[in-house]
Amino acid sequence: MDASAQSAISVDRLTKIYKSTTAVDGISFRLPPGSVTGLLGGNGAGKTTTIAIIMGLVTPTSGHVAVLGAAMPKERYRVLHRMNFESPYVDMPMRLTVRQNLSVFAQLYGVEQIGERIAQLAVDLDLGEFLDRQTGKLSAGQKTRVSLAKSLLNRPEVLLLDEPTASLDPDTADWVRTRLENYRRERNATILLASHNMNEVERLCERVIIMKRGRIEDDAAPDRLLARYGRETLEEVFLDVARGRREQREAAQ
Amino acid sequence: MTSNPDVGLNFSLNRVGAMVRRYWYLLRSSWPRILDLVYWPTVQMLMWGFLQLYVSQNAGFFARAGGVFIGSVLLWDILFRGQLGFSISFLEEMYAHNLGNIMMSPLRPVEFIASLMIMSIIRLSIGMVPVTFLAIAFFGFNLWSLGLALAAFFVNLILTSWSIGIFVAGLLLRNGMGAESLAWTIMFLFLPLTCVYYPVAVLPHWLQYVSWALPPTYVFEGMRALLIDHVFRTDLMLEALGFNAVLFAAASFAFTKLLESARKHGSLLQTGE
Repeated sequence: MDASAQSAISVDRLTKIYKSTTAVDGISFRLPPGSVTGLLGGNGAGKTTTIAIIMGLVTPTSGHVAVLGAAMPKERYRVLHRMNFESPYVDMPMRLTVRQNLSVFAQLYGVEQIGERIAQLAVDLDLGEFLDRQTGKLSAGQKTRVSLAKSLLNRPEVLLLDEPTASLDPDTADWVRTRLENYRRERNATILLASHNMNEVERLCERVIIMKRGRIEDDAAPDRLLARYGRETLEEVFLDVARGRREQREAAQ
Repeated sequence: MTSNPDVGLNFSLNRVGAMVRRYWYLLRSSWPRILDLVYWPTVQMLMWGFLQLYVSQNAGFFARAGGVFIGSVLLWDILFRGQLGFSISFLEEMYAHNLGNIMMSPLRPVEFIASLMIMSIIRLSIGMVPVTFLAIAFFGFNLWSLGLALAAFFVNLILTSWSIGIFVAGLLLRNGMGAESLAWTIMFLFLPLTCVYYPVAVLPHWLQYVSWALPPTYVFEGMRALLIDHVFRTDLMLEALGFNAVLFAAASFAFTKLLESARKHGSLLQTGE
């Protein structure tokens, strides 16, 4: 069996060019099953495009992406029911109640015993008190929990998260991270997480891929990145990469 | 396996049902949405009905052609509201910023379209059925008395409305909300060309060729033949069906290509303006 077949997500020489802009420039990486990987980078680094290609929303200009052995986007319908995603930038219908929204998505994902699954998620994610309230009337933190519940409805083997705790207060954000850690441990799920929150990445991820201008600038475990850059925090590493300090240092030497 | 997964044949009624349920929840949660379905068809029917009443009292031909105006307006509303019902359900996903969730779910485009077709019939029924009874009450015009002819008219008109709806959905996927106004106005192009309120013979000769290439023209001509000459023109209905088959295939092809282009250009990530 080749390496891409063993990987939960396999990205091979992926390039995406929009007209004259190269959004993703020949990147490659493989994520083994059960791993949690952070995708870091400034605005326009290519994170969202990379995740969109992995989800089959965008067709690559060249290169290959496979999720759970299925080529994306060509074979996406083989695996979409085994994946899910969460992003604060994609809403759920506001006029539907939380229960109605979750039941519709559960049906779309082919979840069996929908009522029991929603009840279980309501307990796990503390949704009980607003399960029958319109989604549009929830606070930002409650909406994030609902969105997380939607992303876990089908017990996905691959979970893609785009800034899952953006605009949340520290307490709610910490609560969400704990739930993600629990889910990963219980289901051995593969999680790919795009985030600007370095504390979140340090806490959740065993591997960090840093992107800049569509390319992978660095790819290592958080502690190795800290050692490599001689920094105390990932935030400092991120700033070094974003501002090109490493290249400047190497040039000076 | 097909080379384009968007046109694969792995169809799930369960997923179609999920989407219909989603739109039904939305519709029943909002009384202005329901009122909007009934309000304009009622206004249209009343206006044209009273106009016909006035004209028929002053002109012999219109006295013979009882119900032609009201029939025209009701059939036009099937065509117009059918497309609008399809397109508005699609637009609801864009207004709700929910398209990302939908496009990343296992829902196939063909299932999405099937659910929009079902919703267009549901919305049309809510809007039109009460209006047909009002037409009986106010003007003694019973659309239901057309029987099988009405079924033939309906099938042809709804097929055209779905074709246009599918094409507009493709434009919205590819161009985002910039194409929204088309969803509301595109059908009005059909209003003069398909000769809703007058015979095709009224058009300039060269424009008649265009008119006869549009399936609804056959329906409106067929309706006039039925109401004025009391003849059901099966030939016109079959020709309409033939043109509808071509139009539906062309719209589906265009939708597939527009979706393909949207994936290529990253438009599915940016469904705003």
